[in-house]
This record gives sequence, structure tokens and C-alpha cells, in this order.
Amino acid sequence: MNVIPLTALDLSVAAGLVVLLAILSIAMQLGVGKRIIIAAIRTTAQLMLIGLVLKTLFDRAHPAWVLLLAIVMLSVAGYEVMARQKRSFGGWWGYGLGTLSMFVSSFTIALFVLIAVINVDPWYKPQYAIPLLGMMLGNTMTGVALSLDRLTTGAYEKRGLIEAQLILGYEWRPAIAEIVRESVRVGLMPMINAMAAAGIVSLPGMMTGQILGGSPPMEAVKYQILIMFMIAAGTGFASMGAVWLGARHLFDDRLRLRLDRLKEGSS
Amino acid sequence: MSCLSIKHLRCHHIGPIELEIAGGQCISFSGPSGAGKSILLRAIIDLIPNQGEVSFNDQAREQMRASDWRKMVGLLPAESFWWCDRVAAHFPALTEQHLNWFTELGFDSQVLDWEVSRCSTGERQRLSLLRLLCHGPKVLLLDEPTANLDRDSTAKVEKIIAEYKQQHQCPVIWVSHDQQQVKRVAEQHYVLEQDGQLQKVAV
Repeated sequence: MNVIPLTALDLSVAAGLVVLLAILSIAMQLGVGKRIIIAAIRTTAQLMLIGLVLKTLFDRAHPAWVLLLAIVMLSVAGYEVMARQKRSFGGWWGYGLGTLSMFVSSFTIALFVLIAVINVDPWYKPQYAIPLLGMMLGNTMTGVALSLDRLTTGAYEKRGLIEAQLILGYEWRPAIAEIVRESVRVGLMPMINAMAAAGIVSLPGMMTGQILGGSPPMEAVKYQILIMFMIAAGTGFASMGAVWLGARHLFDDRLRLRLDRLKEGSS
Repeated sequence: MSCLSIKHLRCHHIGPIELEIAGGQCISFSGPSGAGKSILLRAIIDLIPNQGEVSFNDQAREQMRASDWRKMVGLLPAESFWWCDRVAAHFPALTEQHLNWFTELGFDSQVLDWEVSRCSTGERQRLSLLRLLCHGPKVLLLDEPTANLDRDSTAKVEKIIAEYKQQHQCPVIWVSHDQQQVKRVAEQHYVLEQDGQLQKVAV
């Protein structure tokens, strides 16, 4: 594998494009000029940092270090899921619900693929484990955040409908079934769309990277298919788990709809 | 003898409420809006957090599942909500008796195919009473069941509720602001004051 190395000058030219975009945005008073610059700086700093971390990690592959990095990634993803909801659960539930479902789903599937599908030796080999988990978590995070947001806003907006059914003696499951279905569907849509458009409209990033790195296209394609399936399964199971747990927690042991367990809407 | 018994019931600023209603007896609640009449009814069916004991026929609500309690103690909320497009989807399997009620309230059997969103407020209020009765509750808690109805429909609704009460020997709580109606339907009258206390009054 022989990639043409990028120099600092090459990156500066690319950065120039972003600066140009920012200047144009400020001139047009779009109100996002500053945010473009900050986001660009963040992406540079964060990616440089992870580059350093990965370099160190690859030099001394130890399961404890891999696990530590995985936990850091999970914690940040859990926070993002909470922050992206208009009305998240209060207290530990707000953070724990998304994090737990992402943990169970992403970690299990990543481990399964590492050990049983790709047969990596050792199974925690960071060159495989970290990128796989990263792609899983990145997509699962989006799905779970969308699902939970739809669940909590749906329950809040349709509380009259839910309570009307509880009043007639229905259980919580039928009373919230429609919102649950809708929430899971919303969480799965980005992934379904990505799978449907892959290869025709968009060339997925990982595959592109492998081809740039000199891998034969068919090998890159096979890996991309594997990743797509992993992500679809991971996102789906995590969304279902989070929505089911969340829906259950919207009701107490006396079958009351407890919207007071949600935080006030902010964003 | 069936009897709804409420002891030391508290919820928000309301209470403690002490009340016994025998089967076939109807009491009325009135009082300034915002005093918490609807909250009190919701507390009785255990739909919102509350403290106190409520039992029906000496069976405490905590002894049974919340869903079973609410099947027994039926609440007709002031505002009706409908979760499916068509009227029929909100009703259990209908018997001859149920269809008679539909006729008595001025609906023919076509009503079941109607879309809820096309019904008027008054139609929805009558349908929501039918929906409750078709689920067969043994206690009726009625939150202004005739608020949006003309005099003719009001009389029909009062008649159907009276018959149901008589037939099933139900305890009934009837929230109303109409003094004339209160005299017609209820034997005892209570006012829920702003401070959350229930006062027995003569009408």
C-alpha cells in the first residue's frame, strides 16, 4: 500500500477553501461564518489528537488501552445522544438510556464481527477494532438520538391520546405503540437510505479510503458491505432497545404517563 | 352493595377528600374553574400521582392492576381524544344493547365508518360517552358530559346515564356548572373550593 503523503502545504491549500467559504458566509450574513471556522479547527485538532492516540496504540497493542479508548468514544457518543434530544429524560436516565443501548448493541456486534467474521488475531488488534467501533458508534449515535427524540416529543405532543387509552384501561404498550413504531422507523431511515444509495449516488468513505490506500476495489467493496450490514444491525437494535426502554420508563408501576420524568424542552 | 369509598385522598393542593358513594347514587361536583375538579377525578382513577385510599366494593385499587382499576372506574374526560382515524376502531365488539344506545343518542349504525376528524364537537362528546359505556365501567366519573350539547341532546345523555346507573347500580360523580342539571341528576351536591376542600352544599 502506497499512499502519496500529504504535506502541511497540501492541507493549508484545502484549509484555504474553508476560509474562503467562511468569508463568503460572513459577507452574505448567514450567521454561520464563525461556526464554520470553529468546526474546522475542532475537526483538525480532534483528528490530529486521535491520530496521535492511534499511533501510540498501534505501537503497543494492549486490550486495556483499546478498551479505554472504546469507553471514551462511548461516553462522548452517549453525551451527544442526550444533547441532540429536545426533551431527554431527567437524571441518570437521560444519559444512561442512549449510552446503555449503544453499548450493548455496538460492542456486541463489533466483537462478533472481529472474532467470528473477520477472524482478527488478536481480536483486539487496534487497526481493526477501533475503526470498526468508531463507525458503528458514529452511526448508532445518530439513529438512537433520532429515535429517542421522536419518542419523547411524540409522547409529549400526544399525551392526550395516550391518556385517553389508559383511561379506558389499556396497558402502556398499545397506548404508545404507534409512537414507538414511528420512533424506530425514524431512527432506521438514515441507514436504509445510505444502503439504498451506496455505490450509485455516494461512494462510502471507508471504501474510498481503502481504494486511495491502494486496496483492490473488490476487497474494499466487500469490507464496505460488511460495515454497512454491521451498522444497519447495530443502529436498528440500539434504536429498538432504547425506544423500548424509554417507552417503558415513560410509565410508572401504576400505568401513569409520567412526562415529569422528561426535562423541559430547550433547543 | 356496591360502593365507591375515598379516604384521605390528596393530590397537588386538593384534599384530604373523604367521600362515600353508594351504588345507584349520583353526587355532583361544582366549583370555580381551576379548583381542580378534573384533577380530583384523574386522581381517583390513579392516572396522576396521589396519596390516599380509594376502593370499590371493599377492594382497594392497589390490590389490582392499574388497568383493571380503570376498566372498572370509568372516567369521561371533559375533552375527548381519538387515536385512530375511524370511529369504529375506538369501540370494543358491539352488542345489541350498545347499538340501542347509539340510536338513543341520535346516531345510526353508519357512524362507525365516520372519520373522527369530521365529527363536530358535540358529536365527539356523545361518541366519547358511548365509547366509555361500551367498555362497561362499574363506576362513572363524568367531567361535564353535556358541556357542548344543545338542550335536546343533553336530555338524551342524561336519560342514558340514568338508565345505565340504574341497571348496573353504579356510583356516579357528575361534574357540572349547570344548577338546573345538578338538581335533575344528583342526590347530593358538593363544591370543590379554591383551597382544595370539598364542601357539601344544598341546592
